[in-house]
Amino acid sequence: MGMIRVHELSKRYGRLQVLDRLELEVERGRCTAVLGPNGAGKTTLVKSILGLVRPESGTITVDGEVVGSDPEYRRRIGYMPQIARYPENLTAREILQMIRDLRGDPPETDMSLGEALRLEGELDKPFRTLSGGNRQKVSAVLAFLFRPDILFLDEPTAGLDPVSSATLKDRILKEKAEGRTIVLTSHVMSEVEELADTVVYLLDGRIHFQDSVASLVGSSGEVNLERAIARRITARVVA
Amino acid sequence: MPTDRVGTAWPVGLLLGGLLILSGGVGPLEPATHWTDQSPSGQEHEEVRADTVSAHGAHEGHHPAPPMPREETFSGREWVVGPDGDETTITAALARAEDGDRIRVQSGVYTETPILVDRSVELIGEDWPIIDGQGEGSLLRVEADDVRIQGFVLRGTGVSHVRDHSAILVEEKSRCRIEGNRLEDTFFGIYLARATDCLVRGNQLRASGTRESNSGNGIHLWDVDRVQLEDNHIEGHRDGIYLEFARGAVIRGNTSEGNIRYGLHFMFSDASFYVNNTFRRNGAGVAVMYSREVVMSRNRFLDNWGSASYGLLLKEVQDSRIDENLFRGNTIAIHSEGTDRLTFRLNRLERNGWAIKILANSQENLFESNDFVDNTFDVITNSRQNPNTFHGNYWSQYRGYDLSGDGRGDLPHRPVRLFSFIVERKPVALILLRSFFVEILEVAERVLPVLTPEALVDESPLMKALTGDEPWA
Amino acid sequence: MNTLKIARYQLRDVMRSRWVLVYGLFFLLMTDALFRFGGSGERVLLSLMNVVLIAIPLVSVVLGTMYLYNSREFTELILSQPVRRRSLFFGLFIGLGLPSSTAFLLGTGLPFWAHGGAADAGWGPLLLLLGTGVGLTLVFTSLAFLVALATEDRIKGLGYSLGLWVFFTVVFNGLVLLAIYMFSDYPMERTVLALSFLNPVDLGRILLLLNFDISALMGFTGAVFKGFFGSGTGQAVTVGALLLWLAVPFSLGLRSFHRKNF
Repeated sequence: MGMIRVHELSKRYGRLQVLDRLELEVERGRCTAVLGPNGAGKTTLVKSILGLVRPESGTITVDGEVVGSDPEYRRRIGYMPQIARYPENLTAREILQMIRDLRGDPPETDMSLGEALRLEGELDKPFRTLSGGNRQKVSAVLAFLFRPDILFLDEPTAGLDPVSSATLKDRILKEKAEGRTIVLTSHVMSEVEELADTVVYLLDGRIHFQDSVASLVGSSGEVNLERAIARRITARVVA
Repeated sequence: MPTDRVGTAWPVGLLLGGLLILSGGVGPLEPATHWTDQSPSGQEHEEVRADTVSAHGAHEGHHPAPPMPREETFSGREWVVGPDGDETTITAALARAEDGDRIRVQSGVYTETPILVDRSVELIGEDWPIIDGQGEGSLLRVEADDVRIQGFVLRGTGVSHVRDHSAILVEEKSRCRIEGNRLEDTFFGIYLARATDCLVRGNQLRASGTRESNSGNGIHLWDVDRVQLEDNHIEGHRDGIYLEFARGAVIRGNTSEGNIRYGLHFMFSDASFYVNNTFRRNGAGVAVMYSREVVMSRNRFLDNWGSASYGLLLKEVQDSRIDENLFRGNTIAIHSEGTDRLTFRLNRLERNGWAIKILANSQENLFESNDFVDNTFDVITNSRQNPNTFHGNYWSQYRGYDLSGDGRGDLPHRPVRLFSFIVERKPVALILLRSFFVEILEVAERVLPVLTPEALVDESPLMKALTGDEPWA
Repeated sequence: MNTLKIARYQLRDVMRSRWVLVYGLFFLLMTDALFRFGGSGERVLLSLMNVVLIAIPLVSVVLGTMYLYNSREFTELILSQPVRRRSLFFGLFIGLGLPSSTAFLLGTGLPFWAHGGAADAGWGPLLLLLGTGVGLTLVFTSLAFLVALATEDRIKGLGYSLGLWVFFTVVFNGLVLLAIYMFSDYPMERTVLALSFLNPVDLGRILLLLNFDISALMGFTGAVFKGFFGSGTGQAVTVGALLLWLAVPFSLGLRSFHRKNF
């Protein structure tokens, strides 16, 4: 049974139908990459599951719980947004403390990623002075802070230097190995190939296809995922 | 106008004030022969004031004549009224007394009204004896000269629409003294008709009238000469003090408050003088009508609210002076209608709805050295023409400056605001008072006056107020 | 609970940006200057009346709109946590309303305290002015929230906010005066009074007029005004209407916040 189930999910912004009766099942304990062209609705889908976007219709369940007005299910979710923006006059430490506060000070928090990313020196500067990369790091630390069962990572490595990027990816793999459910969006196909078990391809607000990385690469005969996906899309269009 | 006018006026005010305070500090049991000395019309005043008034000529010698000195008439004989006294009723004692006797009335309730005081005696209450009319007629009718009534509680007069039932009625007699009595819920209180040279001092009159029709006046004077009203407290009557055809009256140190109609109602009474009185929360304030050569000084007109309510209503008054009064919290502090040659000097007009409402049929009045402080509207008139003079007053609404440093604004001040004209025509617009929109209109009007009278202008506004917050308190 | 936690951090954020300090200083210097030049507490209150009626709506509506736009990221962050939108909305409102109100209260109150103006003018008028100021702060903050939630474009939103301010402080009264002249053949008392309830600035103004200009107001001959202004009822009804002006935009804002996509 899927960790996250999306049924008949529709969302429009004005005249633009972003999600169109979308069906999706995300398997427990696996890493699912949501891919698709710009504006395909990846972020909207993730935000709908998080409750940030209010869909027109459809239901979403997270571990059997229907997403509605009760925000409790989000206690088990860690979220790393695409662009890390925070209150400009607060420091990273204050933000971490605030989120800890809001979650009722859980005893077990995990700052190891912060240490690995060498963020310590940046924690006490106001946000407005932080570089894009450092903001992204804070965002990552926040997502992993409470050892959540489910992780939503929206373009996690965008803007990170290669070393930090590798550190973060190691961490993602470690979480996967520990049985956490991960939903990932990315434009870097090598990254997807490295991290994801399953690929979900969004097009025009619907799932264009959903397949495992292994089967995609294996059946296509292409050398890598990027090629395999490209081939899969053109094949569909031709057919 | 010479610029040193204010400089001289101020010491004048102080001097006058000092004299008045001195004269007011005389105890209530001083012999009546002191009256002449206490009269505020001493020669010094006239000399000092002559120059301040001479701008309008015609004022010399308009002060009231002093009351006639009362002769010392006590015979030395005393009668005591009471359970253990010479008599048990006042009437019986009066029957035995002769002119010049004193009747001392012990405490108790006397219901033998009406009591006719038909000889020249002193009626002195001891420990507040009560004379109770039990709702019928008048209580004490004075029918002799030189009668003194002191120390009684007077209550329970009749109430009538045709008869003016009163606690004390003096008709066509002279030199009466009514002092230190307490009048409780009487119809009319102290009623003097065609009386002369009377003194009414230190009485407390308290009624709880609610309508004009079932309430009489507190102190009612009709066709009297040289009557002096001093330090009385009148509350809850129709008119607190009513004067009609009173010549040379002196009204000093009285407090008249919470009366249904006027605190002081003053008609056809020339050459009268009223000073140091307080008029507070009366239905329609104070009205002075059809009189000339009146002096009104150092009175306080406070909190008279209502659509027809004035601190001071002046109608058909000529050649009079209104000096050093405090007008605070009245709907209309001074309403002037058909008045001529009045001078208003050193008055403080503060937090009134309208400080001065002067109709264009008022002429040659002078407003000088007054303080206009935080009034909603300072001056309103009904015409673009205005034949009156405003000069050298302080206006808290003045927005000019004084670069020359002479204490006077370099720009003239126009105290009539556009919005007051709007409210005059469309009263309901009052609800827009102090709105930003109205402020903008005001600025526009100031730049390009189309409605407000150009003639009504203070060419020499003062930069600082002349009076303090609590003048003559 | 979460409301207060959010408000606490939002407060810290707001306090670190300088505007709230500038806003408080504005009132502080103005009130102090009025005391030094104007004199009595009574006079100062009267002068402050216009400031309260004009500056507070302007600053509150503009700051409120900008604040909500700037809180967009914060909102996203919080909403991905186990927090109800309702708690967040209340937190955001307190996070702005509290410092703006406090800046106004301290900026105005301290000079009064320092110059002993309250004793001189009486506590009643001062408290009324402070209360009205806080009331208008909150009313225009919630209006600003409503505007910012309804408009994605920041420039447009700011424009609408300014428009709202111009409408309520100037245009509205112009229209009322126009109506008074146009329909002068009809009894307008009740209408004009009712119209005032459609404008929170007018409500604040009437509340202060009842205190500072009661002697003029009582000069009005009509029975409706007299009954309204002359009794405690008028004051109570006005305060009630002002509270309604706070409650309605606030709950509309809350509803819109509930449905909003972030």
